[in-house]
Amino acid sequence: MRWRRRSKELINAVTLKNRFDRRTVTLGALQGGIGVLLAARMGYLAIFENEKYEVEAESNRVNLSLIPPRRGWILDRNDAPLASNRADFRVDVIPERMADPQQTITLLGNILGMGTADRDDLTRRIDEARGFQAVEVGQGLTYDQFAAISVRLPEMPGVVPQRGFSRSYPTGPAVGHLLGYVGPASAEEYEKDNNPLLVTPGYKIGKDGLEKIYEQQLRGVPGARRVEVTASGKIVRDLSTREDVQGNPVKLTIDGPLQDYAARRLGLESGSVVVMDCRTGDLLCMASMPSFDPNSFSAGIGRVEYAMLSGNERVPLRNKVLKGLYPPGSTVKPMVSMAFLQQGLKPEQTVFCGGGLRVGNRVFRCWKRGGHGTVDMAAGIYQSCDVYFYHFAQAIGMNPISEMARRYGMGQEFPLPVNSQFYGTVPDPAWKLKKYDQPWQPFDTVNATIGQGYMLANPLQLAVMAARLATSEMVVPRLEYSSLVPKFNDMGVSAEHKNYIRKAMSDVVNGPGTAGRAKLPLDNILMAGKTGTAQVVGLNLSDGRSGPWKYRDHGLFIFYAPYDNPRYAGAVVIEHGGGSGSAYPIARDVMTYMFDPQKGMDALLPLEKEWGGTAQQRLSQNYRAYAAAAGESVAPLPAQTDDIFDKVEAETRLSAEAQLALGGRVVAPRGDDASNPSSEGVTTATPQSAPQPAAVAPALPTGQTSPVIGPGTQ
Amino acid sequence: MSTIVPEPIGRQPWQVILPLLFLVLFGAAVLHSAAGGSMQPYAGSHLMRFAIFMVMAIFISLMPRTFIKLMAYPVYIVILLLLVMVEAIGAVGGGSQRWIDLGFIVLQPSEFMKPAIVLVLAKFYASLPIGMTNTWRALVPPGVLIGLPVSLVLLQPDLGTALAIAFGGMVVMFMAGLPLRWFVSAGLAGAVLAPIAFFTLLHDYQQRRVTTLFDPESDPLGAGYHITQSKIAIGSGGWFGKGFNQGTQSHLNYLPEPHTDFVFATMAEEWGFIGGLIVLLIFGLILRWGLSVASRAEDRFSRLLAAGMTATMFFYVAINLLMVMGMAPVVGIPLPFMSHGGSSMLTNMICLGMLLMVNRWNGSQPRGRSF
Repeated sequence: MRWRRRSKELINAVTLKNRFDRRTVTLGALQGGIGVLLAARMGYLAIFENEKYEVEAESNRVNLSLIPPRRGWILDRNDAPLASNRADFRVDVIPERMADPQQTITLLGNILGMGTADRDDLTRRIDEARGFQAVEVGQGLTYDQFAAISVRLPEMPGVVPQRGFSRSYPTGPAVGHLLGYVGPASAEEYEKDNNPLLVTPGYKIGKDGLEKIYEQQLRGVPGARRVEVTASGKIVRDLSTREDVQGNPVKLTIDGPLQDYAARRLGLESGSVVVMDCRTGDLLCMASMPSFDPNSFSAGIGRVEYAMLSGNERVPLRNKVLKGLYPPGSTVKPMVSMAFLQQGLKPEQTVFCGGGLRVGNRVFRCWKRGGHGTVDMAAGIYQSCDVYFYHFAQAIGMNPISEMARRYGMGQEFPLPVNSQFYGTVPDPAWKLKKYDQPWQPFDTVNATIGQGYMLANPLQLAVMAARLATSEMVVPRLEYSSLVPKFNDMGVSAEHKNYIRKAMSDVVNGPGTAGRAKLPLDNILMAGKTGTAQVVGLNLSDGRSGPWKYRDHGLFIFYAPYDNPRYAGAVVIEHGGGSGSAYPIARDVMTYMFDPQKGMDALLPLEKEWGGTAQQRLSQNYRAYAAAAGESVAPLPAQTDDIFDKVEAETRLSAEAQLALGGRVVAPRGDDASNPSSEGVTTATPQSAPQPAAVAPALPTGQTSPVIGPGTQ
Repeated sequence: MSTIVPEPIGRQPWQVILPLLFLVLFGAAVLHSAAGGSMQPYAGSHLMRFAIFMVMAIFISLMPRTFIKLMAYPVYIVILLLLVMVEAIGAVGGGSQRWIDLGFIVLQPSEFMKPAIVLVLAKFYASLPIGMTNTWRALVPPGVLIGLPVSLVLLQPDLGTALAIAFGGMVVMFMAGLPLRWFVSAGLAGAVLAPIAFFTLLHDYQQRRVTTLFDPESDPLGAGYHITQSKIAIGSGGWFGKGFNQGTQSHLNYLPEPHTDFVFATMAEEWGFIGGLIVLLIFGLILRWGLSVASRAEDRFSRLLAAGMTATMFFYVAINLLMVMGMAPVVGIPLPFMSHGGSSMLTNMICLGMLLMVNRWNGSQPRGRSF
């Protein structure tokens, strides 16, 4: 009502002027009010929140980048680097900062000359990366490539070219399994160890082997660089730089040249060589071949490379020294003899070997069909007579033998800085009952005394067995270098027994034994050893020497030298080598190199010429050939590259399990001494020829390949 | 007046010209810094333009009242036609356009519309019989006068200028004494219609500017980037700032548009809260003087003209400062007398010239004589 009256009220110039004045005041008040509001707001921003915004302005302006620390070196016992760092140019991308990943990949690919497979790998790694995780595009760039990327940075946000250091393994595949490799941290690893260093472009952590075990020690302290940057990321000036602190070195007991020599000497075979110092337990060599080149793994495992390595039946991704489990074959005989001696058996006691032994209603064959005649303990060892061991093992029983096997290192896990070791099995009646719910059978003892059946060991355990046989001390292997000489427990073996076994093992090589070809070509050093041949499948599938590679027998050899004053001990295991003849020439050459490097190299070089280069050269040739053949059609990687070695380990476990499952049948031993002139009178196999089963097979006497009578057939 | 200073000079409103001069010089200093410590390309042309436009403003201030009144409608119509022309050229050329290139000068007619709307409405109300102030005849024609250019400018699309024109016009209507309840009801209607308009009339990018205002951190690298960086610049200045040429936000390009829309942030970073208060104070002086000119004016036309011109300048200052402090959406309105840019300087100097003109009219005619 009031409004209505107002509108009808007479309006004149005075009321309008009054209204104008009132409203001018209103307008002025509005302006003043907004002015006060603005002043208050500004005071709030600039005074009360000043600290917050100052920090934000600083964090805008100052870009703090971590300088990845140089990784500590891994040194061999003589301070030569097994793993070092090489200065190079590298380029990474930070996926979260990339504007157009596909275009950036194309551009980088063109500059770096990447192939389609490499580009796909890079795309996949970028897709998988989480958060501010950096993805490596390439390292070891030439200066021109580095410069080309640097000038085009404005087109490619998120690309980080820098000078840095990359891990370098001078002997490549020879140390692949031992040292492992380094790579960018995965998202899971970053979640676990929430250290910003892990996502710093160019920083790598140990992914396997010793690189992983000693990660914290090798890591070092990152440096930092503070730079002033514009909004577009252009660096205006350096504010301050703190140098990185290199990680601590790790010194190993490994003898670098020996490790390399052994790896190369393994040649085309799939196998491992372990050499240790009997007096200190120092592991001088832990070679496992074929291997991978850790240098090429540092950006992550490529698709083609993974397909090549994982598809290879010789499992290059498996560290056979620690994770290869093999029936030890006749290499256990000296140890079993020690058990006999301990049980009071006189070494002079003999058995007549007529080619087999009847136990119950079965006949167990000796590897030598014709029989060895009258055999005492020494002959049982150096002739590797199975009947001798069958006979006395029946008399003594399994338990003393398995107990002795454990004392000599079988079934044992050693205190070593490794990710995992498979320690195999030493069977006894209690074990069998528990595992298979079956009673121990006489043929189980027969199998075990010749290192077959359920018995499984890794090459490191065999080397330790050799060292303990040589010294009669509880030698414990070690990998971390120390100048202290450890004092090992005495095993309580009499000097008489020790010397007896030493002599018998020397005769294997230097006397009328099964490995005459293993004699060192050195005047005053005699090597002692024991051969072994381990069957992997039943005779119905293969004669062990020819046919499919997977069915051939493993070749084993344990050794120490000099035999009368043992200094070095070791083991060589050749997977599917067709018999011990594939193993002991390698042991011979490795020990020759140990005492006389020149002579060792003279033996190796002609062989390498035959094989087509060193292990590293062959690996890269294979890679090129494989990549050319497979082209771009290789299978994709497992989703998580870090799972690769878990997968390898799982497969290894499975194959060991499969080997164990074969243990329940009777094994008819085969000669591990086919080329021994004194026992066979056959000299056709030339000592220096490559230990290829095909070359050895024709030299076999026909009797050895005839089918063996299985359990229950006789 | 002093005997030393000649009377025509002494008569000038020095209490506003001197602070203005100071503000422009201060603006030039800030622009010098925004250019990375160089007179080129901003500070030099800023001063040059001010000098030219000051001459123009003095020239405007010398215009007689009858002439201005006579020209009100023709000027308005010409500018309206120019706006239509801009639309037409834009439609033909395919794409929006805000200016006309006449060969020797690039004209942005929407800028001229800001003072022109004030002028034409002042003229309208001055000639409207007083008795009709409360009737529809005081409302509908001005509504059309405002609506036409606002619609044309919105089509360009230029939300900031459209709002400025509307604001200028509304203030003149308000000051002309239209019933308060009309404004109250219009305000209520606006409150209802604004959300509808927000979702139907505004372009995507304009909507985003409004939404990010309330939560700039939600999209710190996108639409909220401007506001966030501007607040960092102002907030990091503290009491006294980082010092002349020491601003990092502007020098390292974190602050967008450090020489135009966000010139106040550039200033505040280097001169701090104190610098900001001085700028606010000077604007306060200028605007208060503008309103005092209006209230001293003798006739309705001059009064409305002066109040409208003051309001137009106020609108620039208020929206720009609210924007840089994160309290208004980013609409692209520069800060008068400090931002680098010819058209805003031109508009504001026209406003100033008109105020000087009204001020001169006030002084040259005996008080008390009205309408």
